[in-house]
Amino acid sequence: MTGPVRSRILLPAWTLAKRELVRFLRQRNRVVGALAQPVLFWAIFGAGLNASFRPSTGAAEISYMEYFFPGTVVLILLLTAIFATISIIEDRNEGFMQSVLVSPVPPIGIVLGKLAGTTTLAVAQALTIFLLAPVAGLELSVSVVAKAVPVLVLVAAGLTALGFTIAWYSDSTQGFHAVMTAFLMPMWFLSGAFFPATGLPPWLGWIVTVNPLSYGLGALRHVLYSSDPASVAELPALSVCLWVSALFSLLAFVTAVYVAHRPRTAIHGR
Amino acid sequence: MTGNAVEVEGLSFAYGDKAALEEVSFSVAHGLIFGLLGPNGGGKTTLFRILSTLFPYSSGKVSVLGKDPVRERAGLRALIGVVFQNPSLDAKLTVRENLAHHGHLYGLSGAELSDRIDAALAAFAIDDRHGQSVETLSGGLKRRVELAKATLARPRLMIMDEPSVGLDPGARRDLWQYIEALRRDTGATVLLTTHLMDEAGRCDRLAIMDGGRIVASGSPENLRSGIGADIVLIRSPEPGTLADEIRERFGLEPARHDGALRLERDDGHELVERLMGAFPDRIEAITVSKPTLADVFLRATGHRFWSEEESG
Repeated sequence: MTGPVRSRILLPAWTLAKRELVRFLRQRNRVVGALAQPVLFWAIFGAGLNASFRPSTGAAEISYMEYFFPGTVVLILLLTAIFATISIIEDRNEGFMQSVLVSPVPPIGIVLGKLAGTTTLAVAQALTIFLLAPVAGLELSVSVVAKAVPVLVLVAAGLTALGFTIAWYSDSTQGFHAVMTAFLMPMWFLSGAFFPATGLPPWLGWIVTVNPLSYGLGALRHVLYSSDPASVAELPALSVCLWVSALFSLLAFVTAVYVAHRPRTAIHGR
Repeated sequence: MTGNAVEVEGLSFAYGDKAALEEVSFSVAHGLIFGLLGPNGGGKTTLFRILSTLFPYSSGKVSVLGKDPVRERAGLRALIGVVFQNPSLDAKLTVRENLAHHGHLYGLSGAELSDRIDAALAAFAIDDRHGQSVETLSGGLKRRVELAKATLARPRLMIMDEPSVGLDPGARRDLWQYIEALRRDTGATVLLTTHLMDEAGRCDRLAIMDGGRIVASGSPENLRSGIGADIVLIRSPEPGTLADEIRERFGLEPARHDGALRLERDDGHELVERLMGAFPDRIEAITVSKPTLADVFLRATGHRFWSEEESG
């Protein structure tokens, strides 16, 4: 069965992923846009909040620029996933996606293609931002970066699958924007990206605990501080972070494949 | 190949409680260019989506190339080529890249894909454009790339939604030469939707749709000759009084459309002479013509083709 799987699923997935990358590289403004906002956030919030940042942790003193850095990396993954999946909405009615949908490619091939392309883009951009780590006061060795890559892949794939599901259900990009504002951005804010979970009011702490992205970010912090485990001691253990992230990404992937199976008669386009 | 390329029986479809198709039945024999003609909102696009496996239907029977578009969706998709009304090309990619991606979706690769791309580029005379980015092409060329793309997997049935929308008359004529060549060279059946009378006139068979129903069907010639008369159109500065006088002197009942008087008569030419003799100063222009598909539509539905278009 390797023949049919290759030609029916893997070849289409590969071509869809490749198209994603080629498109991105040919649209220079997208390259700038996807990186500029998070870096700007990081620079502005990092500089602005540095003076007032007093985390109630027992860990060593850490500047806000440094604390916010892993959160910025996750924001890049999230925004890349959002930009890549929001395009599905229009592409499906008046673009390339139309002919993908009437082709023999099964839904799993379509989802795999989107995931592979977007994850590659997201991780490549996140790694670009790693160049700024020294500015944040983070010393990154090659082995730390190498360990960070699988974590970034896991988180990016999960977020892309989540974005895919939302986009598939949205009739308009406005609908997707609403979900983004009401759900995706808070998910990021409350993942420990912006402030640590320690010392929060219980209701807020509870949200951080059930937020799957907290564990993705937690895993990233563990990896980045693998030489200084004490500074991430208040986070859930690395194994817990990895398991929760893996489970979330798997669930998001299965959901995306499931929704892609469902025909979309609700769209009234003519 | 037995049976018909497409068979539809008693097909109904609704968006919520708004009916889009009501008891639609028709069939398309292999190797024909078959047109679904109707005003926008008449149900053509819904039918297109059901036949091209995009919408599941629940009431009625549909068979495309002997397969059910819902239950045998995956198998059917490999056999049909679909051309959408909106562009489905990636504007950021070159012509060749678009075709290569499309081929991969159908499991084609390597030398075979490359040969097929070359053949498709040649068939639609776009071989000199293969390295050009799609966004730099004219509307007519883009359509030809769409067609080349849809033929890459050698479909036995091409389904096209308003293939010439947005094209100028020259590009439209070109497009039709390619559609006819495609049918001639590959033997594929072509099913297309259109709201253009001249385009419909080039089809082998037509089904005219209005309000979600098929109101007439047959070859364009048969449909036109079914009216069985010449159409005489008279322009006059005072159409009202002229109509009264025609009624008095000839016992005829002219209909008024857009300020002109319209008569359906078997003896059109004779009537013109008699009218000109009777009212030499009252007639600005008079024409006699064979019935058009617009006349067929008017006869079948009782209303003009374009009134629907403007309202929705």
